[in-house]
Amino acid sequence: MRVGIVCPYTWDVPGGVQQHIRDLAEALLGFGHHVSVITPADDDAPLPDYVVPAGRAVPVPYNGSVARLAFGFLSASRVRRWINEGDFDVLHVHEPAAPSLGLLACWTADGPIVGTFHASYEKSRMVSVTAPILQSALEKITGRIAVSEAARKTLVEHLGGDAVLIPNGVATEKYAMADPLPGWPGRNGVDQTVEGGGTLGFLGRMDEPRKGLPVLLRAFEILGRERPGLRLLLAGPGDADDVVAKVSPELRDRVVVLGMVSEEDKVRAYHSVDVFVAPNLGGESFGIVLAEAMSAGAPILASDIEAFDRVLRGGRAGALFPVGDHEALAAAAGELLDDPARRKQLSAEARAAVRVYDWSAVARDVLRVYETVALDGLTVTASGRGG
Amino acid sequence: MFPGWIIDALFWIALLFLVGVYVSWRATRLDRLHVRVETARAALDAALVRRAAVALELAASRLLDPATSLVLATAAHEARTADADGREFAESDLSRALRAVVDQPEFAATLEDRGDGKAVLDELAAAAAKVVYARNFYNDAVAAARTARSKLLIRVLPLAGKAPLPDFFEIDDDPPKW
Repeated sequence: MRVGIVCPYTWDVPGGVQQHIRDLAEALLGFGHHVSVITPADDDAPLPDYVVPAGRAVPVPYNGSVARLAFGFLSASRVRRWINEGDFDVLHVHEPAAPSLGLLACWTADGPIVGTFHASYEKSRMVSVTAPILQSALEKITGRIAVSEAARKTLVEHLGGDAVLIPNGVATEKYAMADPLPGWPGRNGVDQTVEGGGTLGFLGRMDEPRKGLPVLLRAFEILGRERPGLRLLLAGPGDADDVVAKVSPELRDRVVVLGMVSEEDKVRAYHSVDVFVAPNLGGESFGIVLAEAMSAGAPILASDIEAFDRVLRGGRAGALFPVGDHEALAAAAGELLDDPARRKQLSAEARAAVRVYDWSAVARDVLRVYETVALDGLTVTASGRGG
Repeated sequence: MFPGWIIDALFWIALLFLVGVYVSWRATRLDRLHVRVETARAALDAALVRRAAVALELAASRLLDPATSLVLATAAHEARTADADGREFAESDLSRALRAVVDQPEFAATLEDRGDGKAVLDELAAAAAKVVYARNFYNDAVAAARTARSKLLIRVLPLAGKAPLPDFFEIDDDPPKW
C-alpha cells in the first residue's frame, strides 16, 4: 500500500506528534509498505529518506503558544505536487485542524483521507469565524482517528462527528535491553536482595501528588528499617531536596534522586531496579511509564487503579496493591524482594502483556483503517481548486 | 462616464455572480458529502460481508466442535441473508455470537495450536475491527451530511436533488477479545 503522511509541525523540533509520525512511518515501512512523509523543514535539513521537506515553518502565535507552522502559496503548491506525484492509496493527515500542511492537504486533496487528531483542550479556541473554513476542509476526511479519549472528546465537542480510538504505541524494543546505571547491580547482577538489599524504583513527576510518590516514601519508612541494604531510586521532574526532606534522616543516604533524566538514562534506570513501583493515586488513562517499565521487563508493583489493573491484566503481569495504602505497598514489595522466582515470572509476563501496546500493534490497527477507506484502483489526487 | 443604469446593472450582475459562486460552492460541498456517505456505506457493507465470510470460514474449518460451528454458521448466515429491516439486528446477533464463541475458556490458545487456527483468528480480529472502523466512518459521514442538509440554504434551494436523507447504522459491533 502507498501511504502519504502529512506532518504539521517542523520535523527537527521534538514533539509528540512528530514522534508519533516517525514511529508509525517506520512501523509501516517495516511491514513493507511505501511511505512518504511531508513536513515543514528547510530544504537542506537532514531528513530520513522517506521524509520530503515542504519549506520552512514560520513561528506564529496559535492556540495560546507559538507554533512553527507552514502555510501559504508555496507550501500549498508543494503539497499539491507531492500528492500528485506520490500516487497514494491513502493520504494520512495529522492534526488537520491546525493551520499548517495538514489543512492545506485536506483542502487540495480528493480521495481516501484519514485524519488523526492528537490535541485535547478544555476550552475551545476555535472561533466561529474559522469554523466554516475548517469545516469545508475537514468534512473531506473519510476516516477519523483520535489518539486518546480526551482528544476524541475535544473533537466531538468542537467539530462534531466521531472518531475511532487508536492510542499511541510504545516502542517496546527501545526499552528491552540496556545496562544498569553505574553503581547499581541491576536485575542480572548478584542477587543481593537476600541480604536485605535490593532496589525499589519510581519514575514520574515527584512534585505531583497524584503520581503517588508520598505513598512510596511512607512505605520506605517501614521497609527501609526492616531491610538495611534496601535502596530507593527516584527519577523525574521535581525538587530533589523537597523529596529527601520527607525521608527520615537515618534513611536519607539510601534514597537516590536522579531528577530529570535523558531518554537513555531512563531506559537504564528501568534496568537498575529490582521492583518498579507505580503508586499513582488516579488520573491515569493508560500509564505510559508503566508500559515502558514493562517493556524493560521490570517486575512491577502498582496501585490497583482501573487503568493499571487493565494494563497489568488483573495482576498477572505485575503485582497490585490497594491504592494509597502504604502499608500494603510495603508488605507487597517485601514479598517480591524475597521471591526472585516470582519477580522473574512477573518480568516475563510484563514483557508479553505489553506487546499489545507496541507500535507494531498500533500500526496494524492504523493499517486496518487504511484498508477500510482505500478504494480499489483509485489514488488520491490534488487539484488547484480547493474547498 | 457611464450612465447610472449601467453602473447599477453591473453591480447587480456582480452580486448575482457572487451569490451564484457561493451557492455552487455549497452545492459542491453537499454533493461531496453525499459521495462520502455512499463510499462509506459501500465500505461498511464490504466490511460486514467480510466478517460474515470469516465467521463462516471458521465455522467450516473443523477447528471447532460441531455445536460452536453451528452457532457461528447460523449467525453468519442470518447476517448475510437479512433484509434491510432486519440487517442491524442480524449483524448485532453475529457480534454477540462471535463474542460468545471466542469467550469460551482457552478458546484462542486451543485454536492457535491447531493447523491454520492462528491465521483464521488473525483474520477474524482484522474483520471485526474493520466493521467497527467502517461503521464509525459511515455514521460520521451521515452526521455531516444530515447537518449540511438541515442548513437553511439547502432546505430552501433544491441543492440536495433527489438524494435521500441518509440513516445511521446502529449495531452492537463490540469485537471479540482474546
